[in-house]
Amino acid sequence: MGAPGLQAVAAPFDAERVKREFPILARPVHGKPLVYLDNAATAQKPRAVIERLARYYEEENANVHRGVHLLSERATAAYEGARARVARFLGARDPREVIFVRGTTEAINLVAQTFGRARVGPGDEVLITGMEHHSNIVPWQMLCREKGATLRIVPVSDAGDIDLADLERLLGPRTRLLAIAHVSNALGTVNPVKEAVARAHAVGVPVLVDGAQGAPHLPVDVGDLGCDFYAFSGHKVYGPTGIGALWGRLELLEEMPPWQGGGDMILSVSFERTVYNRVPYKFEAGTPDMAGAAGLATALDWMAGLGPEALLAHERDLAGYAAEQLAAVPGARLVGTPRERAGVVSFVLKDVHPHDIGTILDREGVAIRTGHHCAQPLMSRFGLAATARASFAVYNTRADVDALVRGLEKVRRMLG
Amino acid sequence: MSSELDDLYQEVILDHGRRPRNFHRLEGAVSAEGLNPLCGDHFTVYVKLDGERIADVAFEGSGCAISKASASLMTQALKGRTRAEAEELFERFHTLVTEGPDKARVGDLGKLAALSGVSEFPTRVKCASLAWHTLHSVLRGGGETVITTE
Repeated sequence: MGAPGLQAVAAPFDAERVKREFPILARPVHGKPLVYLDNAATAQKPRAVIERLARYYEEENANVHRGVHLLSERATAAYEGARARVARFLGARDPREVIFVRGTTEAINLVAQTFGRARVGPGDEVLITGMEHHSNIVPWQMLCREKGATLRIVPVSDAGDIDLADLERLLGPRTRLLAIAHVSNALGTVNPVKEAVARAHAVGVPVLVDGAQGAPHLPVDVGDLGCDFYAFSGHKVYGPTGIGALWGRLELLEEMPPWQGGGDMILSVSFERTVYNRVPYKFEAGTPDMAGAAGLATALDWMAGLGPEALLAHERDLAGYAAEQLAAVPGARLVGTPRERAGVVSFVLKDVHPHDIGTILDREGVAIRTGHHCAQPLMSRFGLAATARASFAVYNTRADVDALVRGLEKVRRMLG
Repeated sequence: MSSELDDLYQEVILDHGRRPRNFHRLEGAVSAEGLNPLCGDHFTVYVKLDGERIADVAFEGSGCAISKASASLMTQALKGRTRAEAEELFERFHTLVTEGPDKARVGDLGKLAALSGVSEFPTRVKCASLAWHTLHSVLRGGGETVITTE
């Protein structure tokens, strides 16, 4: 344990064994073994998570924070236990800083509609990067339109990186927030988030990190990153759909107005006046996704059991191998060759539309994403309408990459 | 397995995908834009009417092999037809790509029948029908952007 680097070499990560824990990966697709390379869209679920959902409904289900009966106690314990688990996953000091949401999109909207609406006024600026997912663009655009503020964009280089000097230049006296992806969902770029936060904080600008693609691949420590908000989705970290979390600095959450009104977010209600509940409940109106939260906690336990170091080394190896193999396919061109890559490789094939690539690969059992990846401004930046994207998870192997490359040979035979 | 793919990417489709016909702007025509936001396909369809009859039709834009070939074959099939005939053809074409050749009386669809393989690929129906939805908008006066994710 003292030398993690050495250990990773001594005990190579057994992805084939991990793969066997995912029931769906054993199911054929079009009569072929499934090679699932669309993990940036959503990851598959290990048996442990699927069983956890069933167990919640079979043994624990009741509404949380309400009943005096045994099941309500159990459900509350599962739900609040999950909150503590998420806090630990993010390196947060206090579970109250974790708000359960549907996913990254809802988390960012929550910040835009509460923190954003309270802090951003006419003439102010919100800063994002040119590689953001639509979910880290549109909520800010909506806010800026409502407030008469301006959305500013940190440019993306041909390689798919941002330049911290550009960021520094764009952080102005009117900047109220920096919102930045930890990892680009379309290019795989790992952004220098820690350095970006340092620069933003130097001029008093708080930072939201879109961790949708960061949390599945990189160790997250919000204390180390130094950010003020971190958002991620459960379904991309092997958890259920419909659950995710927003982490926020306690002092910021305390001062933020509530978002949705309803049950559980109040202490007392009269027709004249409502007293809001404390953090985090004031942001969790209505019955939450209790089973989802329990399933997410199990997913995080499961990931932790793989060993973060080994997982990281395995995924680095895969993404690197994929980039190298795809670059060698005749007519293929990588879109984005960032300094540091995690989990995602985007590419185009000469004279073949990505959509046609996707259909032919699908019939070979290889599932990839084709299209604009909900990052249309980034696609325009590269002069493309669409790319083909392979994205990796713990259960993928070099053999999966080889299957992708063989599939592309078939694409070229049919359409090239 | 493979034969379904071969049915989809027939030689006619590949040919029209690579070298689309009537692939240009048409000055003085009524036009509409068609957009599939999910995959980024984007076409403009131009129609010149002579009374009720389609005197000329063309398109430009970008998309996958299926959407481009479909647009190209559509322009060839439409020239000289009346508005009503064009709408009727769209209906039958739509049946062809959603329900397959048996339901659509392929016999008199001419070259459009090359798109019958699409019915085995539900995710590609939107590609094959984008140009037709756009045409429908042109025939209703044009000027709008059709957004289809069908």
